[in-house]
Amino acid sequence: MIRSLSTYLYTRRRFRLALLLALPVGWLVVVYGGSLGSLLLNSFFKIDSFSGTIDRSPTLETWRQVFTDANMAVAGRTIGMATAVTIASVLIGFPLAYRIARYTSGRTKTALVLAVLIPLWSSYLVRVYAWKLLLASEGVAAWAFNIVGASSVLNWILALPIVGGPSLSTSSLGQFIVFTYIWLPYMVLPMQAAVERLPESLLEASADLGASPATTFRQITWPLILPGVAAGSIFTFSLTLGDYIIPTIIGDSSPFIGLAIYSQQGVAGNLPLAAALAIIPVMVMGLYLTGARKLGAFEAL
Amino acid sequence: MKARAPRSLTALATAALMYLHLPILFVFLYAFTTEDAAFTFPPPGLTTRWFGVAAQNQDIRQALALSLMVAAVATATALILGTLAAGAVWRTKFFGRETLSLFIVLPIALPGIITGIALRSAISVTGISFSFWTLVIGHATFCVAVAYNNVIARMRRLNPNLLEASADLGASGWQTFRYVLIPQLGSAIVTGGMLAFALSFDEIIVTTFTAGNQQTLPIWIFSSLVRPRNRPVTNVVALLVIAITFVPIILSQRFAARTENQ
Repeated sequence: MIRSLSTYLYTRRRFRLALLLALPVGWLVVVYGGSLGSLLLNSFFKIDSFSGTIDRSPTLETWRQVFTDANMAVAGRTIGMATAVTIASVLIGFPLAYRIARYTSGRTKTALVLAVLIPLWSSYLVRVYAWKLLLASEGVAAWAFNIVGASSVLNWILALPIVGGPSLSTSSLGQFIVFTYIWLPYMVLPMQAAVERLPESLLEASADLGASPATTFRQITWPLILPGVAAGSIFTFSLTLGDYIIPTIIGDSSPFIGLAIYSQQGVAGNLPLAAALAIIPVMVMGLYLTGARKLGAFEAL
Repeated sequence: MKARAPRSLTALATAALMYLHLPILFVFLYAFTTEDAAFTFPPPGLTTRWFGVAAQNQDIRQALALSLMVAAVATATALILGTLAAGAVWRTKFFGRETLSLFIVLPIALPGIITGIALRSAISVTGISFSFWTLVIGHATFCVAVAYNNVIARMRRLNPNLLEASADLGASGWQTFRYVLIPQLGSAIVTGGMLAFALSFDEIIVTTFTAGNQQTLPIWIFSSLVRPRNRPVTNVVALLVIAITFVPIILSQRFAARTENQ
């Protein structure tokens, strides 16, 4: 029975393919793709202001509510944070990626790559929470500043406009530190892969021809690892753009796109507006991916 | 032998690694603090009593059971879908192949909130009520990518001569599948499953949008953080989540390393 069935499948390639594809396509393309479609559809519905129920006749009313100054300010803030986090991830991640790729091998390399990889898989929420303990006004960071006698420096930073706040855990600076901490591994791994592919001979040739390390970096290293950086930035940028957990736990509760979507959906029960707001990060990411593709990010993934 | 790294490079790299790993250690420490209202450092005293309190808490026990169930069912579903998709994409070209690969990675490449709200609006349009199963649907959707990536990577490294040799030696298609293909892919499927389980167990964003009034362990932690209560118990639960996700991750890496060496 099984034997004749397997022979049948082996000879009927199209039928076999259909059998393999039915479930994954049904789930991902039909259910998930359909869900993304329904997101777009919902953004053309509106909430009935009297009954609070969803009015399913097509309207642009909800979209009109998206393009208000307040929402655009939220979008600008979020994109600003995503940009800052991406830049910081490059600056902090590069030495680590370079050190792993060029100066380690064998077991050490495996262990270090694993050390960067583990935070990607483990306990996103708990890792955010850990910073609540660190950044609280009575917490570890304030204690450390005090021990080295730099409490006045901390107070000076907290008094700054925009980045400051009552304590590190309720400031934009704290938010920025946590965002960078959470998404940093996404930048390090593709960067490290890009440095691995960097031909040693080019670096040596550059040095032999009298280039300073800075020139070599600018002329050789950076252009060649740029696709890896672009690949990493897709994640650091996109994930910051949509996150609402970090701004809820850390920061001064000033809104981000993710937070606005979450509260429209949850507290306000306005699914159409939440859906329309969710299209903003999708559109921004669409533009971003087009740019990243030009830099060769997709080959570096 | 590689050259020695410049000191300053090593220092910066070490600092980055500490940035990635030190914070989580404080969760361990605070699970033992005697203080129950603030995060004073250093903790005024150490105790193990919060572990007992957490173990007695019915909400936590139910949330833990729910999280484990959702992760198990979603992982199993994702493994089936991911392995089938990998099987189709491997060595076959068909119309829409690239589109399928895109749809597989999309749920983890897009921010969780997009996947979450998309599923929520679809569920709302179809009128299905939110339940254990809507949670499983949400989790399985983003776990497929992990299962698929692990299996397809192994398939690409698989020596096609093995399958041909098996056929030449007279094995039926089923025997080749059972005695050649499955043993070769087995460890990749297990690795993918463990990572998918870890990913699902502590997921919060898609969970929030696909849950009705179900409370998974991450949702319990999140609501305790938003309305500060049970602080020391939250620390203990956080520790539990780290432990439960860490075990499959480490096991999967050891597993992958062992197969690699064979």
